[in-house]
Amino acid sequence: MSEISEEQVAHLANLARIALTPEEISSLTTELDQIVDSIAKVQEVATPDVPATSHPVPLSNVFRPDVVGNTLTIEQTLQNAPEHADNRFKVSAILGEEQ
Amino acid sequence: MAKDALMDYDKALELFEPVLGFEVHVELNTKTKMFSSAPNEFGSAANTNVSPVCLGLPGALPVVNEQAVRYAISLGLALGCSIAPSSRFARKNYFYPDLAKNYQISQYDEPIAFEGSVDVEMPDGRIVTVPIERAHMEEDAGKLTHVGGSTGRIQGAEYSLVDYNRAGVPLVEIVTDIIYGAEADAPELAKAYVATIRDIVTSLGISDAKMERGNLRCDANISLRPRTAAGEPPAPLGTRTETKNVNSLRSVERAIRYEIQRQAAILASGGTIIQETRHWHEDTGRTSAGRPKSDADDYRYFPEPDLLPVEPSVELIEELRAALPEPPAARRRRLKADWGFTDLEFQDVVNGGLLVEITETVAAGATPAAARKWWTGEISRVANVQGVEASALVSPENVAALAGLVDTGTLTDKLARQVLEGVIAGEGTPQEVVDARGLAVVSDDGALIAAIDDALASQPDVLAKIRDGKVQAAGAVIGAVMKAMKGQADAARVRELVLERAQS
Amino acid sequence: MNDIIRMTAADLATHLQSGEISAVDATQAHLDRIEAVDTDVHAFLAVSSDALDTARRIDERRAAGEKLGPLAGVPLAVKDVLVTTDMPSTSGSKILEGYMSPFDATVVRLSREAGLIPIGKTNMDEFAMGSSTEHSAYGPTRNPWDLDRIPGGSGGGSAAAVAAFEAPLALGSDTGGSIRQPAHVTGTVGVKPTYGAVSRYGAIALASSLDQVGPVTRTVLDAGLLHDVIAHHDPHDSTSLKDVWPSMADAARSGARGEGLAGLKVGVVRELTGNGFQAGVQSRFDETVALLTQQGAEVIEVSAPHFEYAVAAYYLILPAEASSNLAKFDSVRFGMRVQPEGGGTVEQVMAATREAGFGPEVKRRIILGTYALSAGYYDAYYGSAQKVRTLIQRDFNTAFEKVDVLVTPSAPTTAFKFGEKLEDPMAMYLNDITTIPANLAGIPGISVPIGLAPEDGLPVGIQVMAPQREDARLYRVGAAIEALLEQQWGHTLISQAPALGGK
Repeated sequence: MSEISEEQVAHLANLARIALTPEEISSLTTELDQIVDSIAKVQEVATPDVPATSHPVPLSNVFRPDVVGNTLTIEQTLQNAPEHADNRFKVSAILGEEQ
Repeated sequence: MAKDALMDYDKALELFEPVLGFEVHVELNTKTKMFSSAPNEFGSAANTNVSPVCLGLPGALPVVNEQAVRYAISLGLALGCSIAPSSRFARKNYFYPDLAKNYQISQYDEPIAFEGSVDVEMPDGRIVTVPIERAHMEEDAGKLTHVGGSTGRIQGAEYSLVDYNRAGVPLVEIVTDIIYGAEADAPELAKAYVATIRDIVTSLGISDAKMERGNLRCDANISLRPRTAAGEPPAPLGTRTETKNVNSLRSVERAIRYEIQRQAAILASGGTIIQETRHWHEDTGRTSAGRPKSDADDYRYFPEPDLLPVEPSVELIEELRAALPEPPAARRRRLKADWGFTDLEFQDVVNGGLLVEITETVAAGATPAAARKWWTGEISRVANVQGVEASALVSPENVAALAGLVDTGTLTDKLARQVLEGVIAGEGTPQEVVDARGLAVVSDDGALIAAIDDALASQPDVLAKIRDGKVQAAGAVIGAVMKAMKGQADAARVRELVLERAQS
Repeated sequence: MNDIIRMTAADLATHLQSGEISAVDATQAHLDRIEAVDTDVHAFLAVSSDALDTARRIDERRAAGEKLGPLAGVPLAVKDVLVTTDMPSTSGSKILEGYMSPFDATVVRLSREAGLIPIGKTNMDEFAMGSSTEHSAYGPTRNPWDLDRIPGGSGGGSAAAVAAFEAPLALGSDTGGSIRQPAHVTGTVGVKPTYGAVSRYGAIALASSLDQVGPVTRTVLDAGLLHDVIAHHDPHDSTSLKDVWPSMADAARSGARGEGLAGLKVGVVRELTGNGFQAGVQSRFDETVALLTQQGAEVIEVSAPHFEYAVAAYYLILPAEASSNLAKFDSVRFGMRVQPEGGGTVEQVMAATREAGFGPEVKRRIILGTYALSAGYYDAYYGSAQKVRTLIQRDFNTAFEKVDVLVTPSAPTTAFKFGEKLEDPMAMYLNDITTIPANLAGIPGISVPIGLAPEDGLPVGIQVMAPQREDARLYRVGAAIEALLEQQWGHTLISQAPALGGK
């Protein structure tokens, strides 16, 4: 068993910025535990002598010349913004009152 | 913000050994951003230098700026580093509203440059070698403005506004190894180290390196370890703090000194240091606690799947190595000789962090002596009073122009200082200030002669004395004339004319 | 004009070129079909209001004597994972409801330049996470063969759209089978090209190292025609290949003429056949393999010992990359914003938005991916999965030393019923066992219909895989299989699909 705890899932949810409900935390804990049990088998064959592959087709040195290209207009930039002011994106205060 | 207890600096050094480490972020002055062709430009209107990549829009993908890679390799080489035959980008995952994708593309276990060292010249001329662990490429974040609340700071703000113009600006982060043995000179070493990095990137031409604009930013790690008696093993390293927001050479020095005194006071009273980020406040000269380091700092690094490894050829590395400018120490020796400064004069320049300013002022046409006089004199004095960097006050071009006006006799030294004040106040170039304030020396002999004749007529006794050959008596007339001309006359010329008119 | 919608894209293109059918007629016929049947099928999330204008312009250009691309005037359905400037792009998620992209995905731009007419955005599992479209935030798409069954996923909308004659061509994206498995269950053709052959710029990323955009059609030739439009180097995508590709349409034509089967070495993957496969899926597959042998192909059984680890590796790599790719949905620059009760800090707003904006499968995979990457687990999970990826590539390399192509059933079962696997994520994940290895190795794969399973009368597909960059081989072999079977049956498979409520 991989033994994933609810505390762990709550911590992961915090890292992933998702305000899971207690019910979701509880059901996800069970599901994750099962999923992790079955996917942990990758460790059986992942021996130290096997190199990791992060790109399916090996390429390197893909660059762009340092030449200025198109930018978005301010209308395009802000067209999907939930809130904006002063041509900037507006967000709630970053720190809570207790901080 | 409660005031921290501070221990006397010398006492702190008696009890503890300061251990240092620096992370310096250098913004590269490429034309475009690290992963997008949006312009890398300072001071544009908010959110106008952005592309879909800078905003992290759905479907956007990063592509590496080749020039930024070349700059990073050059910088690595200038830091004496090895250049990795293969290096990779990685994602550093954390949520923050100035980070468009909520991950930063950086480098993690495979940086482009590693294991180097930098020779740093201390104020007394001693050379200290600072070990470099790595230099890696990454992207800058956007800029937050905190609105509401009284201070414009993050605390107490009602809301924040985000401008992504800076998002994606190429950065190289230079990380030192742990630095031991700085002892009481730790603050000076910190300042000298950052000044050296600034000199290196400036001479490479890869960064504007203006600290006040954030082109060069230093995070300083400091810990203290208790001294042990001779023969005993050294104490383990203490808990460190990371001081951020140190935006001038002067602050680097002050912040280190402050943290040493603050940590010493805590340790000596039996307290423990919390591993945390601390923010330097230029105005109060203090640091305040930021976010504590915790398991929330699980950045979940993994290789950036949208980008491919960077594998510079040996030819490219050697090409860039051959093009490196001379190292700062050698450059200093050469400049000192070129400029003809004495040891003391040159040390003054170095300690003031003014090498770049003087080089540029000389390049703009001033004599080395005039450039030194202005930068280490009046400009540094004003900078000190205002608590800012000298370079932030006035441009080298304006200093050269000012020196030029003195050389041609348009300004006296005294007038030039008034003109400088106007330039610093933002009134324009020296010539514009001269014109607007009407500060030029009166060089019209007619006007001077009229004033002299008036003065001589009103002081017949003085006139008589001069005619008797008591030339020193002329002083009284000269004073009256200068007063009449509101100081805008060349005293030597006035003297000449007084003697001439007295005999006529 | 009922004929128009039943034409292949190739035939429609010929009629457009000759002027017998106008682009406006072609577009209107498909818009009418959507109007008639999409209430039942729900393949589309948005229908273009510009399509007829675009079609009119194509007709004008053709009338003016301009030389247009071979597919000019043919309607195209676009999976909602691809961003478009003229229709919202939601990737099947509430968090992106109404999102308007300021730029077109490269494949959409190339399609427009080729004169294709985007007529709508197709439904999909939210952020392409799923094998049934049941995870779409906008409700599932129904399989035109049986409206109580899933159309596959994540690209069920694109597959159902072409199967229901709502569009002759569609674009899909395939991260672990999202083009090929829907093709299998809807009796259509789907191709996942070699990784990097088609630009990912403008495809809302699920797992960057696995995602690939490709064609969804009713015939192999149509897929080749669309493939030729979209497979080009794109400087906006660092992983885009610079290869100059042979025409896939030409490859399909040569395959349909029966060229290339004699002497072809066909590998049957021992680990992806037999046990665990529905009887009717297996029997249709075996018959097709026998047919290939009859035509002079040499069938060889090959072993891929590490394929049994593929699903596990995939469900580590995908969630890990997805957890990072989906972090951008934070309510700051675009998308939904949910204010927690009584206000809150920006952090709380982000968390509340993501809680409300993401569906259960997306949350499950984000949490799983966050876990796989977190400190202390990276080496055991993500690191190990990347090693398995190497082992799977090696299995393919070994196999392709012996054979020219590999074949498997495209999926273990025919279309299952709604809700059947919804409560058991792992069972849903295992449905991708046949398609995942190609994504892990970056190789191309095609699914071609090979008949109906006797027990349920639902479509079955064969998957053909080739080495990296050998996409043309898929079209040759796929078109050959298609031609042989249609010759045998005397009709196309899709013609056997039940008539929908349409006129």
